[in-house]
Amino acid sequence: MAEAAITVEGARKKYGGKGGAHALDGLDLRVGRGTVHGVLGPNGAGKTTLVRILSTLLRPDAGRIEVAGHDVVTQAYAVRLRIGLLGQHAALDEELGGRENLELFGRLHHLGARTARARAGELLERFDLAGTGRRPVRAYSGGMRRRLDLAASLITEPEVLFLDEPTTGLDPRGRSEVWAAVRSLVGGGTTVLLATQHLEEADQLADRISVVDAGRVIADGTADELKAATGADRIDVVLRDAGQLGAAVALLPMTAVSVDPDRRLLSAPVADRMAALSGVVQALQEAGIEAEDVALRRPTLDEVFLHLTGEDHRVKESA
Amino acid sequence: MSIGASTGAYALTDSWTMTRRELARWARQPAQVAVGLVFPVMLLLMFGYLVGGGRGVSGDYIDYLVPGMLALTMAFGLEGTMLAVTRDLDKGVIDRFRSMPMADGAVLVGRSAADMLQSTLVLAVLAGAGYALGWRAHGGPGGFLGAVGLLLLFRFAMLWIGIHLALLAGRPELIQAVQILVWPVGFLSNAFAAPRSMPDWLGTAVEWNPMSQTATAVRDLLGGPGGESGHVGAAVLWPLVLLAVFLPSALRRFARLSR
Ligand SMILES: Nc1ncnc2c1ncn2[C@@H]1O[C@H](COP(=O)(O)OP(=O)(O)OP(=O)(O)O)[C@@H](O)[C@H]1O
Ligand SMILES: [Mg+2]
Repeated sequence: MAEAAITVEGARKKYGGKGGAHALDGLDLRVGRGTVHGVLGPNGAGKTTLVRILSTLLRPDAGRIEVAGHDVVTQAYAVRLRIGLLGQHAALDEELGGRENLELFGRLHHLGARTARARAGELLERFDLAGTGRRPVRAYSGGMRRRLDLAASLITEPEVLFLDEPTTGLDPRGRSEVWAAVRSLVGGGTTVLLATQHLEEADQLADRISVVDAGRVIADGTADELKAATGADRIDVVLRDAGQLGAAVALLPMTAVSVDPDRRLLSAPVADRMAALSGVVQALQEAGIEAEDVALRRPTLDEVFLHLTGEDHRVKESA
Repeated sequence: MSIGASTGAYALTDSWTMTRRELARWARQPAQVAVGLVFPVMLLLMFGYLVGGGRGVSGDYIDYLVPGMLALTMAFGLEGTMLAVTRDLDKGVIDRFRSMPMADGAVLVGRSAADMLQSTLVLAVLAGAGYALGWRAHGGPGGFLGAVGLLLLFRFAMLWIGIHLALLAGRPELIQAVQILVWPVGFLSNAFAAPRSMPDWLGTAVEWNPMSQTATAVRDLLGGPGGESGHVGAAVLWPLVLLAVFLPSALRRFARLSR
């Protein structure tokens, strides 16, 4: 693997007060320079805690944590010079306009007034915000606000960029805009750590993914490796008549079929999507069983987690 | 959190940038700024003409009331500071500042500078309104500057209490509690009436109120009724004591945001 831009070894963090659980409980992570690394996990997994520690906002209780070659605790200033942060919630001055916000952050990065102004203009243009004029951020739509927030995190072309659920609350168009922006960054050599709850998002953007649960990495690998371990895609079949579920299970050309009688649903992992689809349709037709719906889909995050936590099946890091 | 390289070089620039941010916000919200300036004047009119206070005051009531109102306005500044810091915490913008290579403390220094500037403006407007209503300062330029200095020193102490409370509470809900509490504390003072007109226990509490000390010293320096010599020392000491407690403790709280 390439040189690491982010190294996390045994990170622990417990929020104040006794008896609380560990938000991070011995988390390990290694992110290669110039790659996009997805941190995938459900609510409360510790994603935001990890991002806040990596961006020097929060002090870890234990662990060795380096970003861009500098320790986040003892060399926080050096780290801050090299990172950009898009937090889970927008972090902007709501009364100021987009340009004013960007110029403010530029000046605080010590770009100098003229460079800060030029950079603000450039970023507004790039994120399609040039037409917002003097409108205060308060009056922005969710998507505009997120784009401005992302622009603010890119004010200095950071070496390492942290994105904490960058597309939560965005419509599909806003989401693909943010995704496109992230892809274009990676071309420029930026390392990205992307925390998300959506397998789809990690799948779209990340070179490697760490699945996090209860403050620990429970699986690590490329999207394909993870999906292979989870049984890849699934086929869902909804029957008209729940009474025929049993007969249908016997007919389907696949194993490990799960049955949900309430929803009249059969579900099974598939290896070859198209072969499975035509096989199922054909088998049902021949037996005269009526289906309301037949669909191929990716495994949901739930299924990835159930699989991973249920069997503690680890994907070995491909050396 | 310890810092790997010196940020001192940027201390002034960053603080100035943060102050300018506040000025830009004012430019965006002129109505709000105007309300902040007019509200104390309204209170002055209300107490000068409507409520008809001045119990136990000998001499011209306006000469007693204006210094009291000046001190009261400085005390109420606590609320504005707390509101602004809480809002920045709540909006996450302080987190963004903390993730950037800024000088330590610039966020709070910028806040202080902007609030002190605003308070100076408020003093000027309120004093101007008082002048229009017939109030006159009799203490000469030295007394006048001394009075302004004492008022701003008192405001500076209130400012750091405000920052401290905001960092302590960290949530907008608690602002209301402070907004309600600041009134009785402000009014349990000698701003409107002389303590000797009050029941003994109340008079004593009122005399001890740091705000009363500032008001009395200001009246003394400006040669108005209700001024007693010997209070300038207390009006310097009280804010310094409050600062000695709340300034370091606010800084500690700020550093503890990373806990
Ligand atoms: N400020 C805090 N004080 C106390 N506990 C906290 C605090 N922030 C987070 N936690 C707890 O730490 C754990 C991890 O939270 P964290 O916000 O890191 O999760 P997350 O993966 O980002 O979740 P989400 O997907 O909901 O954003 C949770 O159990 C949460 O309740
Ligand atoms: Mg989170």
